Amino acid sequence: MSETAPAPSAGPVAAGDRHISGVPIRLDGVTKRYPGQEQPAVDDVTLEIAAGETVMFVGPSGCGKTTLLKMLNRLIEPTSGRIHLGDEDVTDQDADQLRRRIGYVIQAGGLFPHMTVGTNVGMVPRMLKWDKERTAARIDELLDLVGLDPAVYRDRYPRELSGGQQQRVGVARALAADPPILLMDEPFGAVDPITRQRLQDELLRIQEELGKTIVFVTHDFDEAVKLGDKIVVFDVGARVVQYDTPERILAEPAEDYVADFVGAGATLKQLTLTRVGDVDLVQVTTAVAGSPSAEAVAAARAAGDDFVVVLDARGRPISWPTVAELTRTATVPQTVDERLPVVGLRSTLNDALDTMLAASQGGVVVTGRRDGLAGVMAVETVMAAIQRSRTEAAG
Amino acid sequence: MTAAPEVRAGDAPEPAPAEETARHADPSAAGGGGWRALLLQPALVVLGVVAFLVWRLTADLSDTEARQLGWAVLGDSIREHLALTAVAAVIVLLIAIPLGIALTRRPLRRLSPLVVGIANTGQAAPAIGLFVLLATWLGFGFGTTVVALVVYAALPVLRNTMVGIEGVDARLVEAGRGMGMSALAVLLRVELPLAVPVLLAGVRTALVLLVGTATLATFIDGGGLGVLINTGITLSLDSLLISGAVLVALLALAVDWLGRLVEHVARPKGL
Repeated sequence: MSETAPAPSAGPVAAGDRHISGVPIRLDGVTKRYPGQEQPAVDDVTLEIAAGETVMFVGPSGCGKTTLLKMLNRLIEPTSGRIHLGDEDVTDQDADQLRRRIGYVIQAGGLFPHMTVGTNVGMVPRMLKWDKERTAARIDELLDLVGLDPAVYRDRYPRELSGGQQQRVGVARALAADPPILLMDEPFGAVDPITRQRLQDELLRIQEELGKTIVFVTHDFDEAVKLGDKIVVFDVGARVVQYDTPERILAEPAEDYVADFVGAGATLKQLTLTRVGDVDLVQVTTAVAGSPSAEAVAAARAAGDDFVVVLDARGRPISWPTVAELTRTATVPQTVDERLPVVGLRSTLNDALDTMLAASQGGVVVTGRRDGLAGVMAVETVMAAIQRSRTEAAG
Repeated sequence: MTAAPEVRAGDAPEPAPAEETARHADPSAAGGGGWRALLLQPALVVLGVVAFLVWRLTADLSDTEARQLGWAVLGDSIREHLALTAVAAVIVLLIAIPLGIALTRRPLRRLSPLVVGIANTGQAAPAIGLFVLLATWLGFGFGTTVVALVVYAALPVLRNTMVGIEGVDARLVEAGRGMGMSALAVLLRVELPLAVPVLLAGVRTALVLLVGTATLATFIDGGGLGVLINTGITLSLDSLLISGAVLVALLALAVDWLGRLVEHVARPKGL
């Protein structure tokens, strides 16, 4: 994990340079048997998850990974075994009280359609009897965190939002009472690939800021590699086959089963391991929207660039006209190019390639902190990475 | 700044991908045709009432007809009819809605086919047979009529309560429980509000059934507008028969309209 930007201000608890607000989770011999079934759905799982880590549960459908997740907040009661959150044994605690302290995100957000976005987000604070002002302030803070303007979205109903926006609200709702743990059950399964990638980037950014303990169920191994600090590969009965970092699972699958699951494209999956922030970005000529075009054209020609990245007043890239286009206008245009391919520093090369293909462009604009410009990456960089991993695989 | 990437910048004539483009729902769209129907129906009812009044004031009536269609008698009949309908409706709501809710709860869910089966029998039995059978058992009069009406009209409310609640996306229930809502809170804040449109449609169906079926009360001495129709038939006085039928139809239409109005207003926003 090489992050160029400085870590956010460390809180009271800090490991390394990262703020952590999560608590560890410990599963001790957790088993779930359903009556009438010979094999337990979850068979004697013992697992430790460190505070502030994102742990991905992957495995074939029916392997018990979702059952295991739902036992963490006791939506499913374990038949035997103990569950510890932090120093507490929560196996016998009041389930409703327990769940208010654990964020829970499901596919498509699970928003209540008859309540506004604000009401949805404020559900748990209201249950915890926060006063009105505090709840309202928290709702706005969270909508802001997930990248939705509170003034615009607070009073909308879920059906007025796109799938991606609904999912963001779902994450905001789960974070409302600042729970140390976030459980996510295939949250991004129902959105299109480009939206999914953006949501993943958002989650990485939010997690960087908050340092929750996240348990995330997915069937998408790429997603696991991208988001996970650790990955747990499960087989039937929630047997833990391998529990390790993405790098090591890709490099040294513990069993043939894992190698099969990871897939034949494992060398290309290295693309998922490499972050945009890890490769050399090209620095290009920039111009502020509304400034005289002539200056921008001169700067670009001096630098040998044939296009210019236009930034808005807050330094966020909004378009990238060619020099030829700029010569036709007096000032640098203010228009926001909705199709501008943008990825974050934490996006993977895989994401960057997807974004380029979706936009039919040969490069992407890369943004860093607060969506400011970090540089530009060309398709050649991705190609070089593919070539490199092929060479490594061959040699 | 040497190797400028080969990008076809600004080459984007097509509109943005749909990701963050919200589907702005037109708030008036939901009630567009709905409102027109809501206005048309009372207009028809008023027209019908005016037509009846004009006929009643101008028609050449025999003594018997005039007595039966006297304002006081008419008023009493309508009042009786409405009382039968209202009392039966309140009892139906008090029984069928809680029962419907209870039958969707896990411990009782197994019983739901049995109860729905019984309710189905109540409605499938010919109404007149039901009235007469109950009368031979419970005696004639207002009370028995109400019992018969309740048995007859409970099914739509019961069934729609259950269908409405079962139609709520199971993931929403799980989301509610998953964030720490109690089972009761999920029922009151998620399941029931979302079941309201279906539930109210059942209530409206029951009300219209009640208005129509209450005409049979006359056979077991329950009163109501059925008396007018029955007298018209026995004495071959078409004016009485038609008056009774028209008034019952207008009443049913009016009640149906009220039901639609309530459905329109009570429908949760955002659906």
